[in-house]
Formats: sequence, C-alpha cells, structure tokens
Amino acid sequence: MTWDWYFTGQIIPDLLRGLVVTVQATLLGYVLALVLGLAVALARRVPVVGTAVFAVMEFIRCTPLLVQLVFVFYLAPSYVSAFTVGVAVLGVHYAAYTAEVYRSGIEGVPPGQWEACRALSLPAHRTWGAVVLPQAVRKVIPALGNYLIAMFKDTPLLFAITVGELMYQASRIGGVHFRYLEAMTLVGLFFLLVSVPSAIIIRQLERRYAAV
Amino acid sequence: MPQSEPSPGTDQHEQEPLIRFDGVVKRFGANTVLDHLDFTVAPGERVTLIGPSGSGKTTILRLLMTLEQVTNGVIWVGGEPLSHMHRGGRLVRANEQHQRRVRRQIGMVFQQFNLFPNMTVRQNITEGPVHSLGVPRVEADRRAAELLEMVDLADKIDAHPTQLSGGQQQRVAIARALAMSPRILLLDEVTSALDPELVTGVLDVLRTVAETTDITMLLVTHEMQFARDVSHRVLMFDQGRIVEEGPPEQIFGDPRQERTRAFLHAVLD
Amino acid sequence: MDFFIDRLPLYLSGAGTTLVITLLGAALAFVLAMVVGLLGTLRNLAARAVATCYTETFRGVAALVLMYWMAFAIPQLTPYEIDPVFAAVLALGLNVGAYGAEVVRAAVNAVPPTQIEATVALNMSWWRRTWAVVLPQAWAQMLPTFGNLVIELMKATAIVSLIGVADLTRIAQEQRAATGETIAAFTGALVVYFVIAQLLIVGMRLLERRANRRLGRLPASDSGLWSLLRPPPVTALGGGRR
Repeated sequence: MTWDWYFTGQIIPDLLRGLVVTVQATLLGYVLALVLGLAVALARRVPVVGTAVFAVMEFIRCTPLLVQLVFVFYLAPSYVSAFTVGVAVLGVHYAAYTAEVYRSGIEGVPPGQWEACRALSLPAHRTWGAVVLPQAVRKVIPALGNYLIAMFKDTPLLFAITVGELMYQASRIGGVHFRYLEAMTLVGLFFLLVSVPSAIIIRQLERRYAAV
Repeated sequence: MPQSEPSPGTDQHEQEPLIRFDGVVKRFGANTVLDHLDFTVAPGERVTLIGPSGSGKTTILRLLMTLEQVTNGVIWVGGEPLSHMHRGGRLVRANEQHQRRVRRQIGMVFQQFNLFPNMTVRQNITEGPVHSLGVPRVEADRRAAELLEMVDLADKIDAHPTQLSGGQQQRVAIARALAMSPRILLLDEVTSALDPELVTGVLDVLRTVAETTDITMLLVTHEMQFARDVSHRVLMFDQGRIVEEGPPEQIFGDPRQERTRAFLHAVLD
Repeated sequence: MDFFIDRLPLYLSGAGTTLVITLLGAALAFVLAMVVGLLGTLRNLAARAVATCYTETFRGVAALVLMYWMAFAIPQLTPYEIDPVFAAVLALGLNVGAYGAEVVRAAVNAVPPTQIEATVALNMSWWRRTWAVVLPQAWAQMLPTFGNLVIELMKATAIVSLIGVADLTRIAQEQRAATGETIAAFTGALVVYFVIAQLLIVGMRLLERRANRRLGRLPASDSGLWSLLRPPPVTALGGGRR
C-alpha cells in the first residue's frame, strides 16, 4: 500500500474537527488543573486534611491516566458527556502534578519574605495573595507550561472513552476505510507541529524567568 | 636562592628553551588578555609569574595546558609547536590528536585540586599513568605509593577525596600530577584555596619537589617567600605584558619598575 | 475483595505483562538516552543535530500515537505484521528515551568544567574521560529524573490495552465487561499499579543512594528503609514528565 494523496485531502476536514476537540479538551483540562492544583497545594499545608489530600494525589500520580479515564467514564451517569468526563479526569490527574510544582515554588520563596509579612502584621490573604503566591508562581511558570504540552499529548487517550478528538477521528477513518497509514501519519505530524514550537516557546520562557 | 641550578653544567642561554611563547596573543571577546607575549623558559628552570588579577598569568598556564587556544602567535614546547603543527612545510593550528601528544610532557596542579570524587586516592593517582601512558598497573601502584610517601600521605592511599582536608587533597593532586613524570609542572595558585594553616604543608612538598627533581616549574602564586626560595626567575605581569623580569633578589629586593614596586607594596604590606 | 481474590491469577498475569513491557521499554529507553544524550554533548555539530532531531521528534509525538502508528500504519506500508508487544516496547522506548536523552545531556553538561580540565591535564582520551570521570559523576544527577521517567513509562504501558495486549488494564476491562462490576474490577488494577509504582520508587531510591555513596556524598537525613518511601521530588523544572 502506498501513500494516497487524494485520500489524505479527503480526510483532513475530519481530522481538523478532531483537532478542535483536542484543543478544547486541552485548554479546559489545563485550566482545571491549574486551579485545582493550587487548591491542593494550599490544602496540603493544613494539618490533617493535608495528609489525606496528599495520599489521594499520590495514588492518582502513581496510576495510569487511561485507567482513571475508563474507570470514571463507566461510573459516570449517562447525562454526563464523555467530553466532560475526559476534561474532568485530565484536570484532576494533572492537578496532582501542578500541585507539586506549586509546592516547590512556594517552598522556594525565601523565608525572609514570610518574616517580613509577619513583621508588618499582614493578614493571611495579603501575605499569600500579594507576596508569596506572586513570587512562587512566577518562578514555576516554565514548569507549568511543560504540563500544558504534556496534557496536550495525553488527549489521545480520550479517544478510548469515545471523545471525538484527533485520535478518535483517525481511528474511525481507519476502521471505515481500512486505511490507517495517512490518518495516523497526519495525526503524528499534527502533534509535532504543535509540540515542537511549544517546546521552543517554553524554553524561551525558562530562559527569561531564570534570569530573574 | 633555589638549591638546584637549572640544567646543571650547561649555560642557560645557549641551550634550546623548553618553553617558548612567540608573539602570543589571547583575546576573550573584546578583552585582550595577552598582548604579543614573547618569553622563554629553559629546561629545569623555575619561573614564578606574579601580578594583579587579570594580568594574564593564569592564562599563560592554561594555554600551555591547552585548556585555552591562542588567538595569535605560536607556543613551542621541547622544540615542537604545541598550539600549531607542521603541515606541508607550514604551521597550521594543531588538532586535538597533536596537542594530546605534545602536552603529555606537561602536568598541572589546580587551585581547586580537582580530584575525581568517584575514585579513591590510589585510583586518582594511577589513572593517568595506566590509561594515558600505558604504564602497567603494578608499576603505577608502586609509583603511587612512592609519591604518597613523598607527600606524607602514605596511609591515605585507599581513602576517598571527601575524607581528606584541603591541604591533603592538594598534596594528592601534586602526587597525581607527578605520577605522569612530566617535564614541565604548572602550578596555578595551588595554595590560594587553602586555610592558612594548611598552606605550609603543601609548600613544603613543592620545596621537596624543587630540590629533588629537575622538573621545569611554572608557578602562579601569591606566596612571595616561597617564590623567593624556589625560583630562578620572576616575571611581573600587568595587562598582558611583562613589566619586569629578573632573579628573585632583584624583583623582590630592588624592583626597577614603578608598577612592580606598587604591586609588591600592596601585596606584601 | 473476593472478586479480586477469585481472579488473582488473571490480574497477576496482566501485571506480569505490564512489568515485562515496562522493563523492556525502560531498557531500550536507557540505551537510547545514553547514546543520544552523549551525542548531544559532543562538539561536532552534526552529532548534536542528530540528537536534537531525535529528541524533539519523539518527545513531540504522544506515545499512544506512536504506538498506533507502529501497530497499524507500518503493516500497511510494509509487508510486515508487527507484534503489538514489540510495537509497544519500541514506541515507549523511543518516546521515553527522548526524555531520557535530555536528562543525560543536561547531567553530563553539569559536571564541573574543572573536572574536565583535570582530565586534560592527565591527558585522558574522550572515551576514558567520559567513562571514568564524567559518567560516574553525572549518573547521580540523572537518577532521580530517570526514576520519574520509569514511573511514567509504567503508567504509559496501560495504552497497550488499546492495541489488544493482555496487560493489567485489559484484564480489568475484560473483567468489567464480563461481570459489570466496574468499581471492583478497576480498583484492583489501580491498586496493583500503585504497588508496582512504589516498588519502582524504592528501587530507584536505592540506586540513588548507592550512586551518592560512590561519590562520597552521604545522604543528609540518613538511612533507614522508611526514608526510601518518600515520594520522588517533583522539581520546579518539569518533575514528572521530564
């Protein structure tokens, strides 16, 4: 079997539709991961709750995303769409990683900063909101950026729970036309086209923020 | 005044110099560190380089050890070019292979000792002879024991560098360099990183080396008394040029140049 | 609980497949990481270019896509059928190897230049220098991230269930399909994955400790097996994914 350019042209619209879903899932999942991760990082500092949260997150980090997706998908009631399940699980799974990133950022804030807040009798929400978090987050922006790219590359897993993203489209095309070559290769290329420039941008970010 | 004369029995001026810098220029970006430097070192001679930081003294040692490459000019060692090589009747920039061959006769002791942390003292010292010179392991081990005896660390032969004090590490580093049986030994501020009470131990070892061997030595140091004891010649550097040179009695006792006087005044007082 | 115990042999065989793919994939990834990583540290521009191409390509493509491409596209391009396990090991090895190569490259470049200078003074060849001085020192720096990568690889093996391999995930899927007991079927699998992960973490920690000891660096809050169970640090520079 050789490459069929005409076929390639025909499947591109379907693949692009899938790409749109991929991007949507990635962005929504990422926002959830960012917010939830911060909440988890802060909750970790609370005595008892913190340990429980830590244990749950450890479990999530040590087990495959695919299994988590399928598990929740089967458990979820039917009025919840596959897309919602996918985004939710992606978000929670990656929150486990972003929480660690936030944690290392917070711990990287010099103790002197905390002492200064105390000396000025700043209330907790100002200490965190105006002093600690801005410094902590700024430092870990490149690492957070890496997880965005990582999440993007994990979205193909969503096809296993029937979310109509890129991989799903390619698999469907393969199943219908018995041609996998063009579709799969294009999917690979799409990923490269997004990942490589993103990686370069992240490296620039790293360099810029490291210089601080 | 040093105990041993350079190449006893021969006139220093008539003999072929062991090291020759020929119009050497070294630039780092816009910064000219060495400016058309010409000087020679005779076999067996002990030369100390003094001068303020940035004057180029360390760069000279680093060029000889091929840790840097010249921007212009040629460096000769033992009658052969080091920075360049002969190719079809002309001199072209030397490749790694050529430099590796020529620099085999040069050894260096560093300010920060640079012992290999993943090897014991014995392994550090025998590494060069066994793998770079092809000396049989038994012979290298024997020599290592001998050298450690000389630097007064015989019982530490199987210790780890992290278990040794700075002064001890530096003495091991000297043994490591000597194990290569070099003709030329480069010493780059070898006591500057040591606590004051450990300095004497290292200097004593170097004195022994100077007295019992005829290795040519090039030192960069702030230890003026030591320089006075061991050197045949002292060169005062400033901004990449030789400001003054002569025997230690002259440089330290009766410097002729204002720059030398000013530097010694600042350093010794 | 009975559910799980009744089907233990099945789950164990699935876990066995998962482990085999993990270890083979890790072995391939390690070799690739070392070779490509070292290539990336050479002065030769062509060597570095090759290393960069490999790294960017296989980091940029998702493991799943690569695996599917190997399992479905290659048989259509060539007259060969590729055994799914082989495709899985190859895809995972290439993918994780690319991340590993970056780790190797960074660790080798982080060995203090003064160490390299000492090897020049002793007239050591590149091979000897790399083998005897650079790698032993870089190794201790590579290990923590390698540890994270092995865990990531183990988790990624779940994907092979989608190309028909009877790994732990597939067993769980089949059990669920057969009995309708979603929670029981999957919880069992999740716990086994978790246990495997912990074993891998402990193993890596032991290696780390040994490597540090070889460099004369004794661990800060030393010893005891309990300290080995602390989770691997996720640094601000990429943690779990790198």
